[in-house]
Amino acid sequence: MTTNILEMRGITKTFPGVKALQDVTLNVARGEVHAICGENGAGKSTLMKVLSGVYPHGTYTGDIVFEDEIVEFKDIRDSEAKGIVIIHQELALSPYLSIAENIFLNNEQRGALGLIDWNKTNSEAVKLLARVGLRENPTTKIMDIGVGKQQLVEIAKALSKRVKLLILDEPTAALNDEDSDHLLNLMLHLKGQGITSIIISHKLNEIKKVSDAVTVIRDGKAIETIAKQEVTEDRIIKDMVGRDLEHRYPDHTPNIGEEILRVEDWTAHHPQDATRVMVDNVNLNVRRGEIVGIAGLMGAGRTEFAMSLFGRTYGSRISGKVFKAGKEIKTRTVTEAIDNGIAYATEDRKTYGLNLIEDIKRNISMASLGKLVKGGLVDDNEEFKVANEYRTSMNIKAPTVLAKTGKLSGGNQQKVVLSKWIYSNPDVLILDEPTRGIDVGAKYEIYAIINALAAQGKGIIVISSELPELIGICDRIYTLSEGRITGEFPITDATPETLIKHMTMEKAR
Amino acid sequence: MSDLETKPASNTAAGAQVNPSNSKAGQWVSHVIADLGKNGIFVALIVVVVLFSILTDGILLRPQNISNLIVQNGYILVLAVGMVMVIIAGHIDLSVGSVAAFVGAVSGVFAVTWGLPWWLSIILSLLVGALVGVWQGFWIAYVGIPAFIVTLAGMLIFRGLALAVLGNANIGSFPGEYRALGNGFLTDVFGEFELDPLTLGVAALAIIALIVQQVRTRRGRASYGQEVEPLVWFIGKLVLITAGIGLFAYALASYKGIPVTLIVLAVLVLVYGVVMNRSVFGRHIYAIGGNLHAAELSGVKTRNVTFWLFVNMGVLAALAGLIFTARLNLAGPKAGDGFELEAISAAFIGGAAVQGGVGTIGGAIIGGLIIGVLNNGMSIMGIGIEWQQAVKGLVLLLAVAFDVYNKRRAGGR
Repeated sequence: MTTNILEMRGITKTFPGVKALQDVTLNVARGEVHAICGENGAGKSTLMKVLSGVYPHGTYTGDIVFEDEIVEFKDIRDSEAKGIVIIHQELALSPYLSIAENIFLNNEQRGALGLIDWNKTNSEAVKLLARVGLRENPTTKIMDIGVGKQQLVEIAKALSKRVKLLILDEPTAALNDEDSDHLLNLMLHLKGQGITSIIISHKLNEIKKVSDAVTVIRDGKAIETIAKQEVTEDRIIKDMVGRDLEHRYPDHTPNIGEEILRVEDWTAHHPQDATRVMVDNVNLNVRRGEIVGIAGLMGAGRTEFAMSLFGRTYGSRISGKVFKAGKEIKTRTVTEAIDNGIAYATEDRKTYGLNLIEDIKRNISMASLGKLVKGGLVDDNEEFKVANEYRTSMNIKAPTVLAKTGKLSGGNQQKVVLSKWIYSNPDVLILDEPTRGIDVGAKYEIYAIINALAAQGKGIIVISSELPELIGICDRIYTLSEGRITGEFPITDATPETLIKHMTMEKAR
Repeated sequence: MSDLETKPASNTAAGAQVNPSNSKAGQWVSHVIADLGKNGIFVALIVVVVLFSILTDGILLRPQNISNLIVQNGYILVLAVGMVMVIIAGHIDLSVGSVAAFVGAVSGVFAVTWGLPWWLSIILSLLVGALVGVWQGFWIAYVGIPAFIVTLAGMLIFRGLALAVLGNANIGSFPGEYRALGNGFLTDVFGEFELDPLTLGVAALAIIALIVQQVRTRRGRASYGQEVEPLVWFIGKLVLITAGIGLFAYALASYKGIPVTLIVLAVLVLVYGVVMNRSVFGRHIYAIGGNLHAAELSGVKTRNVTFWLFVNMGVLAALAGLIFTARLNLAGPKAGDGFELEAISAAFIGGAAVQGGVGTIGGAIIGGLIIGVLNNGMSIMGIGIEWQQAVKGLVLLLAVAFDVYNKRRAGGR
């Protein structure tokens, strides 16, 4: 089988008490794009860490055969020397250094006396940037370019190391559609140059687009490898979750009551640049039991709207009126918003949602500690009981509520965030990208939770960049573009085409 | 870091908690080991005490020396209580030594120069400390200047003010009641005995209170279905703690009785222990240190919490200044020199994390005691101040390194 550049044979990796990988075999043919998918925690990243030497030889069993020879990597340097480069989801670039400096970090282009040859550095960088289709000055600092371009710099850096096997861990997770497309096309382009790639991804449509073969991993085992012509979304999903997922969205029978929240003429400006309008005269409303979607591209002002509404946690020069069940309310501070029955679950749960070094229990109680106070003190036991109830009802997969939230998978972290807000007993929940970065099975559970909340008569606002998701769960959808509401559609009229048309509608200039 | 990466580790740590072993004995042993790991700092204190009592031929554990240990380190321990709270919130306070000196000087003006009653002088001095805290808290919490800068400025400002207040002279000869704060004892309240009955009585009460509280907590947790430690270990620990308190009380009782400083400390530890564990304010401090943004978006008034934290630190720094001044019976310009570093060391040796979000009052106290025993033990052995410094620096480094190593291991990496 000399057509395979890589064969991982019978890889088993155990952490104390857990088998993270069990007899996994992965064959990657030379010059193909090979996708690996699986739910969070299935073992994809562990497998890639074994491959790249993060987990050195000896800490796992099984053989890695790279270019027909058995390799035993001691660390990442070892694997990079052989031409295996892994690009992690969180990019490893230094924001204050230039593009060229980052590309040649720890691989500096030296001239006389061992000093750095800047001309060579920059000219080599330009060549590499051309290969990845990035037109930027190599002396531009990393912090001045967007995430999509940073991703390309990472790939240029990999190319500078004469990469033979490029591993991309969820490369498009933080990219918009345009940048994602560019990246995927680049992968196909590199394939033309003989570079083999492995892509780890949740996004089934992009897997379908680029990959020649898909290996699905579930619970630390390789379920199957599907050849390109046989790849269907349904088959991948079935392999990932181990069951047929008849409906990706749970049934939802709306029971819509009177208006619970109305926002009038909401305007907010950029926090640093008070002349820039980020949210422009937004008017919207939510009724009891209704799930309302806000569809918009990144930068359309979705999060800016939600956060400026929620205790003015974003923006400057904020104006507009908020009515709760017909009565005007103020939401000038987070406390005021919470007291008025509004909750906001952030799109970035690790930065804004959770205290990762604290346990589940204390995260759930964080927004409503006052409820647990007895005689001036927080009742620990009651807190434990409450948290346990949420662990059960929300199906948070953790042995106890004393587990640190930093160690949970994305889906379970999201359930903790939702528990926190549900415990604050709001009338309106604003959920910003509630299923970002979580796997198919957990997404379904989150949708079911959203339905249940609506059924209790709460008003729900869901912000999402995934149109199928919005169409799948909402009763009504607003489109947002350049900070303005550009359309409002009852679910019966909401097709992806109309939504996209309104999401990209530009201001008349 | 991706979600996937950390998951196996979580299962590991959790697995160890839930199903340590099937056999009862195995369960017991693993619990004891886990407990010792968690309380490594306590074990370290015992090791240091044993080491120095051997090196000093037992002088370290003589009644008089034990009493001295408390009195000599009282002000550092008071500062450590406030400092660990500041550190948990993700800040630092470099000004406490200067603030202690400043308040000491001011209290000298109140009690000696102006001749105000001792109790009024103490209250006014604590108020001055609070005002200092208001000043620093304002800049840190509401203007948003990093605590490192504000308190570095404060270190200079209040040292300067202390010198200005003293005007190139020492203020001395404080009233007796004031001095008691630093070197007073509750002695012979019930007449003269070989062993002070009051000390023994208080110790007995403390032990009873501790046992009652522990048993109640255990019952409460059990009634809510929470996991409790094995009964044998629970009782074993209580016996050990009882013995420790008993021996400590015996030492105090056979010397001069209970130092006033110890009473102040005990009250602080009890009150702040409850504040940090059970009050909303304490929870908010941990939340801010753990993730400022998340705390803010959960409705925590982060600025107010930070502000009051520094007011609190100001008051505790003032209290430390009073205790130190009372002990020397002198308000001098060099007072409080380097206190901030000892207090910060105590907090870190006691397990606080530099990034914030982690730490305990108890840990800081034990950290302070370790420093105290090192100081005291090395002094008895006649080791020069230069080597004492070096050893203390090394201990700080090793303590934090051990902590980092432990966390990495627990993280499964």
